[in-house]
Amino acid sequence: MKEPALDRPGQDARMTQKKKASPPSSKTLRKALTGIQGLDEITGGGLPSGRPTLVSGGAGSGKTLFGLEFLVRGTTQYDEPGVFMSFEETIPDLTKNAESLGFDLGRLVADKKLFLDHVYISRSEIEETGEYDLDGLFIRIADAVQRVGARRIVLDTIEALFGELPNPSILRAEIRRLFGWLKEKGLTTVITAERDRPDRLTRHGIEEFVSDCVILLDHRIHDEISTRRLRIVKYRGSTHGTNEYPFLIDEHGISVLPLSSLGLDHSAPTVRISTGITRLDGMLGGKGFYRGSSILLSGTSGAGKTSVAAHFVDAACRRGERCLYFAFEESPRQIVRNMRSIGIDLEPWIHKGLLQFQAARPAHGGIEQHLLVTHRCVSSFQPNVVVVDPITNLLTVSTLGEVRSMLTRMVDFLKTQQITAIFASLTAGSGTLEASEADVSSLMDSWLLLKTIEIGGELNRALYVLKSRGMAHSNQIREFLITDDGLRLLDVYLGSEGVLTGAARVSQEGRELAAGTSRRQHMEARGRELDRKRRIFEARMSMLRAEFEVEEEVLQQSIVESKTLDEALLTDRRQMERSREADTAAYKKRASAPAAVKR
Amino acid sequence: MKKRPQKARSHSRRAEYVLRLYVSRSTLRSKLAVENIKRVCEEHLKGRYDLEVIDIYRRANLARDEQIVAVPTLIKRLPIPLQRLVGDMSDLNKVLFGLDLRTKRDAHH
Repeated sequence: MKEPALDRPGQDARMTQKKKASPPSSKTLRKALTGIQGLDEITGGGLPSGRPTLVSGGAGSGKTLFGLEFLVRGTTQYDEPGVFMSFEETIPDLTKNAESLGFDLGRLVADKKLFLDHVYISRSEIEETGEYDLDGLFIRIADAVQRVGARRIVLDTIEALFGELPNPSILRAEIRRLFGWLKEKGLTTVITAERDRPDRLTRHGIEEFVSDCVILLDHRIHDEISTRRLRIVKYRGSTHGTNEYPFLIDEHGISVLPLSSLGLDHSAPTVRISTGITRLDGMLGGKGFYRGSSILLSGTSGAGKTSVAAHFVDAACRRGERCLYFAFEESPRQIVRNMRSIGIDLEPWIHKGLLQFQAARPAHGGIEQHLLVTHRCVSSFQPNVVVVDPITNLLTVSTLGEVRSMLTRMVDFLKTQQITAIFASLTAGSGTLEASEADVSSLMDSWLLLKTIEIGGELNRALYVLKSRGMAHSNQIREFLITDDGLRLLDVYLGSEGVLTGAARVSQEGRELAAGTSRRQHMEARGRELDRKRRIFEARMSMLRAEFEVEEEVLQQSIVESKTLDEALLTDRRQMERSREADTAAYKKRASAPAAVKR
Repeated sequence: MKKRPQKARSHSRRAEYVLRLYVSRSTLRSKLAVENIKRVCEEHLKGRYDLEVIDIYRRANLARDEQIVAVPTLIKRLPIPLQRLVGDMSDLNKVLFGLDLRTKRDAHH
């Protein structure tokens, strides 16, 4: 066979080093989509195109699978063939590992979309006798790249060479040359490296050659629950998420959370959909929930959460909508059986393919697992309605903070898909109900609270709408009965003793009737008494007024009389003065003169 | 697929020592390695060695099959155990040690 002509990597690389190939400006930074779920969102479009990215992590952190998926997705989804240079695992091992992710490497290799090469050196066989270079490796890489027309390459883990070949200084120079050549060729490269200590990225400081993008993988066991995390340590010239993102490796490959972009820019539909319970619709402004809203349905054990959810599901299926039911507590069969006992037959919907159950106890996987399963099911089933029953079971495998962050992502995700979601939540006691769920409830658009109320040796159920954004809703508590025909909401019984339910309500009704009669009689009696008192009062008033009038008359009389008397006296005096006028005048003159003199 | 390496020199049909030297084109280092190994063979293995010099440039498959990474690489196929010597073969002591012609790696004469 005629070997294909290939340009020699060594020489190109040497030239590159001299030229010091100018890095692309950040404005024109191109990115290569990895196709790895969630990663492209965090990185804002993938890894730096045509540049090397370092993926570092401890043993078993998923570096190799990361590289494999990057290549497989690259060639299958973006038509960018790839080369995998394995320095550790053999090709059969690689192929087998890739199978666990659902990738058929053998086929891709046969189709010339992928090239695998296993680089094996054993230190025990090696004797260093002088200067050397890595041309053997370079020739193999260059040939592989040319054979499949590779745009992507993974070196997993090139640092292994340090363990096998003597003279690290030669190795470092050669690796630098290799990276220069890879950049020159515009290959989007993933270099994996082992992180043996937390205070450094790689065992042999290989990160110094990779300045563009560094991704750290981590695998830890916390509380017997294994969690994988991914963090972008650096990404030159690009914004990127800086958090530690949980990720999963399963039969669909790697999935990094969040799976969809987080944001609050989802549209807000104004369409309303029935809850399946007429009177509950009535409580919600007469029309039910908004489509695409998130509803928290919380209640104590046995309060009827599943029944309310089943009504909603049933109503949705009747409208021909698709429903996805995540049952974390009961098996689907059990739910179907139990709901049939209250007159809701879910089975036809399952047969019609409108209703799908996903049942699993959360203990079987970490919280990330559950979020991923949710996403995957939603993506494949494309439901209009999602029920998660109950979210509180997730708390058994994670902390409140993580559950909240997971639910935030889930709510955002479902909203962007305009999926109406019901989250059932089991509350322990009655006292701390609102407090314990305040964390989650703020994410929700509507919050229905189901309560069992114990009165007179009976447990009865009550429902109220704690909140419902964007609609007028009833602020009243309703009693609801679970009957053979489903849920029935009953009128509110508000008396002096609060809301009453069940037998207490019935007896209270009777009591209220009796009490009402007696109150009426009592009132009538008091009314008569009042009348009497008023009459007495009025009689007294008129008597007093009469007395007063008499007195007044007398007083007026005496005033008039004394006035007349005064006037009569004055008249008399004047008459007397007139009669003795002469000496009065003389007397007056005299009387005033001596007084003046005296002064 | 024929890829019989060109025989640089063969001294014996039933050679005790079967050596393959892989180089990449005729670089200075390649030439140096060839000269060095030939000298060693002539001095220490005269008449009982089979040495081939193989240029792996344009023969990537061969490089893969033989697991060549560093260049130059000398593979001692016989006598067993298989041994690889990398470098330009200028460290005579290590070359002799690698060829089992000396028991101590750093022994000096």
